[in-house]
Amino acid sequence: MRLAEFTAQASDYAVRVDTLFALLSIISGAVVALVAGLITYFLIRYHRGSRAPRGETPERLDREIEIGWTAATFFSFLFLFWWAASDQLSALVTPKNPLEIHVVAKQWMWRIQHPSGAREIDELHVPANTNVQLVMTSQDVIHDLYLPALRLKQDVLPDRYTSLSFNATKTGVFHLTCAEFCGTDHSVMAGRLVVVTPDEYARWNAAQPEGDDLAHQGERLFHSLGCSGCHAPGATVHAPDLHGLYGRPVQLSDGRTVAADEAYLRDCILLPDKNRVAGFPPVMPNFTGSLDEAQVVTLVAYIKSLGAAASTGSR
Amino acid sequence: MSEMTLPFAPAEHVGASSYLDEGHTVLSWLLTTDHKRIAILYALSITIFFFIGGVAIGLVRLELISPTGWFMTSDEYNRAFTIHGIIMVWFFLVPSIPATMGNFILPLMIGAPDVAFPRLNLLSWYLYVIGAGFTVYVLLTGGVDTGWTFYPPFSSNYSNSSVVAAAAGVFVVGFSSIATGVNFLATTHLLRAPGMTWFRLPLFAWSMYVVSLVMVLATPVLAMSLLLISAERLFGLPIFDARVGGDPVLFQHIFWFYSHPAVYIMILPAMGVVSEVLPCFARRRVFGYAFMVYALLMIGIVGFMVWGHHMFVAGQSPFANLVFSFLSFIVAVPSAIKVFNWTATLYRGQIGFEAPMLYALGFIGLFTIGGLTGLFLASVPIDIATTDSYFVVAHFHTIMVGGTVSAFMAGIHYWWPKVTGRMYHEFAAQFAAITMFLGFNLTFIPQFIMGWLGMPRRYHMYPDVFQIWHVLSSGGAAVLAVAYLLPLGYLTWSLIGGDRAGDNPWQATGLEWQTSSPPPKQNFLHPPRVTSAPYQYHELGRAREEGEPTSVSGQGGTS
Amino acid sequence: MTDLSDALQEPWSDLRLQREAVGLGMWFFLASEVLFFAALFCSYAVYRSFNAEAFRIAAAHTKLIYGSINTALLLTSSLTMTIALRAATARLQRMTLFFLGLTVLLGLAFLVTKGLEYYGDIEEHLIPGSTFPLKPAATEIFWALYWVMTGIHAIHLTAGIGVVIVVMLLFGREIVPVQGSTMEGVAIYWHFVDTVWIFLYPLIYLGGRT
Repeated sequence: MRLAEFTAQASDYAVRVDTLFALLSIISGAVVALVAGLITYFLIRYHRGSRAPRGETPERLDREIEIGWTAATFFSFLFLFWWAASDQLSALVTPKNPLEIHVVAKQWMWRIQHPSGAREIDELHVPANTNVQLVMTSQDVIHDLYLPALRLKQDVLPDRYTSLSFNATKTGVFHLTCAEFCGTDHSVMAGRLVVVTPDEYARWNAAQPEGDDLAHQGERLFHSLGCSGCHAPGATVHAPDLHGLYGRPVQLSDGRTVAADEAYLRDCILLPDKNRVAGFPPVMPNFTGSLDEAQVVTLVAYIKSLGAAASTGSR
Repeated sequence: MSEMTLPFAPAEHVGASSYLDEGHTVLSWLLTTDHKRIAILYALSITIFFFIGGVAIGLVRLELISPTGWFMTSDEYNRAFTIHGIIMVWFFLVPSIPATMGNFILPLMIGAPDVAFPRLNLLSWYLYVIGAGFTVYVLLTGGVDTGWTFYPPFSSNYSNSSVVAAAAGVFVVGFSSIATGVNFLATTHLLRAPGMTWFRLPLFAWSMYVVSLVMVLATPVLAMSLLLISAERLFGLPIFDARVGGDPVLFQHIFWFYSHPAVYIMILPAMGVVSEVLPCFARRRVFGYAFMVYALLMIGIVGFMVWGHHMFVAGQSPFANLVFSFLSFIVAVPSAIKVFNWTATLYRGQIGFEAPMLYALGFIGLFTIGGLTGLFLASVPIDIATTDSYFVVAHFHTIMVGGTVSAFMAGIHYWWPKVTGRMYHEFAAQFAAITMFLGFNLTFIPQFIMGWLGMPRRYHMYPDVFQIWHVLSSGGAAVLAVAYLLPLGYLTWSLIGGDRAGDNPWQATGLEWQTSSPPPKQNFLHPPRVTSAPYQYHELGRAREEGEPTSVSGQGGTS
Repeated sequence: MTDLSDALQEPWSDLRLQREAVGLGMWFFLASEVLFFAALFCSYAVYRSFNAEAFRIAAAHTKLIYGSINTALLLTSSLTMTIALRAATARLQRMTLFFLGLTVLLGLAFLVTKGLEYYGDIEEHLIPGSTFPLKPAATEIFWALYWVMTGIHAIHLTAGIGVVIVVMLLFGREIVPVQGSTMEGVAIYWHFVDTVWIFLYPLIYLGGRT
């Protein structure tokens, strides 16, 4: 393993982070030099028995100095906060239609699912210069996906989705590892981030053994589990229509209105009591224990493929 | 407070002249209500646990010499770093200065005969001992492996270790903190000597007051977080269980709501000690006393508002991240002010380089560096890159070891003559101080570097590109170990054969120096009366120059 | 009658100041207790805001009658405690003991009622686990918090009862005079335990029962 797998600047964001680090280092260095320098100077000049002039300093001057350096410190820190906050905010703009890759963490490995259906373990292939969004969940304890070359990490939580967005600008192999203590083999829960050109990514995808993409896998599951029995248009049981559901606001029976995002759809499948939809009988079965995270991901992908809110819902 | 009533009972009998002579049996120590003896009981206990925690990390640093480990399994390694954290935070750092120096010196410093509730004080030590007992039980039953932070679901549903016993130990020792805090608060409010107004209190007394407020208000929240983890683990009550809609991140909020103020519990007393040592050895009053007081208060208060900076990647909203980042920058301002004021205190001083001063100077340098690296971590993008890496580990060790332990050593040496009536060997102490400073830097500068390069924390095995930094760091740890053993040697020697100390060997101001070394049980033979501000070093210096008799006046003119 | 000087503890020489100290100390201790319960109540508030429906369903199974009886008992016990404090300050030893005794009885009655309530809850399997009867899943969180909140409160009340009994013995055997500083601290603590219940009662029992 080479150090460059950790320290490379694999994205523009990484460059910004390094710049901020350099700025802080320079300012800190200056402060340390100032304080250490002054102290050293005072220790030498005013050591016991030296003949430097002593005596009181005027109190007004003391007060003004005090206020002076308090204000200077406060405004410097404000400046640093502003710089850091702008970096933070600019990284938060989520681009439209990112390439969504699903990550499932478990003790002590990373399972990756690409939208094409390709799967990897402990390796994450991504195309360069593409907006990627990792949608992540854990099967057990809290983990954290750490990508040093992108200067990014994000905790991965059980029963919830968290996400990490980036745009890698450099191809190569970089380090991937867990950064939240998760038990015995926490320190070996590592892998590789493989950034390739978009062409190579497409070829790599096509070459993967798993044939179907996530949505088709989900469609097969949707039928084999009997979901279509209630959720199909002609069903006798009154169940919400899933066409155009993704992204739409949903009115719940307890009065809340929520957006039908991935987390909502996952909860509907695994914790149906949590979000009862207004106007429908509470008969949705609970699939906790019958489905693993990867299967849930395929079902969610299928529902998304049934059209987002604006489309007229065609298959 | 009525000026007509003395705040304490007059000495009914002038018995033994030293508190150490009031009874020589073990029982006279175990059942004492004398704050000075209780301070010594605490000092012995925390020293024992400091070395146990030190052995744990010694094993860790030894193991980390090899990237694949060489004598521990991963489970053993995880237990070693966990117990190091638990012991060092709760059984050493949190009680260190308050329970030893606060207990011994605070009543003396404000002119009181004891703390407000002496029996509660003894109880607080027993609570420490009971908590420590749980920790020993944990050690004997194979340890705990959750990290000192006890995050669920790992701690509640997955760990196969003595989690509940460890949580119980911390729970109990937390109440020791709270009892000490309550005692110091009441003492400061009601037992100050006549003339000792709030703004005549020495800064150490102020630091004890503010730290007591923080201990009383923050520690119970920790207690509840650990109680809930234990309820989940013992009785299967799903509080943080995501499978039924619970939220493990809620634990983090509750835990850090305490644990951030906890780091201020660990640093405020250290700042108080430095504010006593520096003026004495620079022969100069503290620069900007009022601002120093306000800085302590502001750190204590704003310190309660920044806990979310431990959770920037935990799943908090970006808005929360922004707010916590902002407040974290703000809370750094008063700390910076204190550093500037200490520096200015040296200006035009008459500076000596005795061991307490060396330790205090080490504190200022290392606290400045540690505090500045805190600004790095307050910046969200830097924190995202460096949290859960050795950068954070180096940051908090710089403040807690470079800062608090240095100040603890400064205080031990400064007040050693007062407590024991003996002087320690000055050169040995100076040598230890310098060794400690050098060993510290060799241990932790490599950790800053490898943290920024991408080395995660709590890793038993690691990519071999980081080996050089780990080896350097472990080398430094070996130097530190030597530096910590030296004081054990020369301080013990001082008890047996050290020179007898006078009442005020440092020519310091402050009421504690107006009584004998060691003090009598009731602290003062005659009730002190305060007529001026603290740190009257300028007046002392002037008097000496003009050839006047240099009795230390101002605070405690008892004649 | 015990001598006033028997009431003095080290390091105090003035009884008024000692009483002030005990009061102040107890208030600081209560501040820590407030934070202790606040962490718990905040958790409750957070979960309720995210699971309002589930919490309503779960709370409907709490036993309002027992809860309300307990509220009456505890509020009355605060009254008897206040009277005991007044009696103590007026140096009326027998009256102090009488009202302290009533307070103990009311406290014990609370615990007995709570015990009966717990017995009923257990019969209905309202303990989170495999036999838990309610849906949706978040109702388990309400009930987990129920056991922790009422349990911690009951422990505090039991400790209070124990302290009052000990204090009654100290007063009864004239080891400590009633007009000392002890009653101050005991009374403040007792009122605190009552106040926690006043917040707990609506959160546990009145949710979903409008």
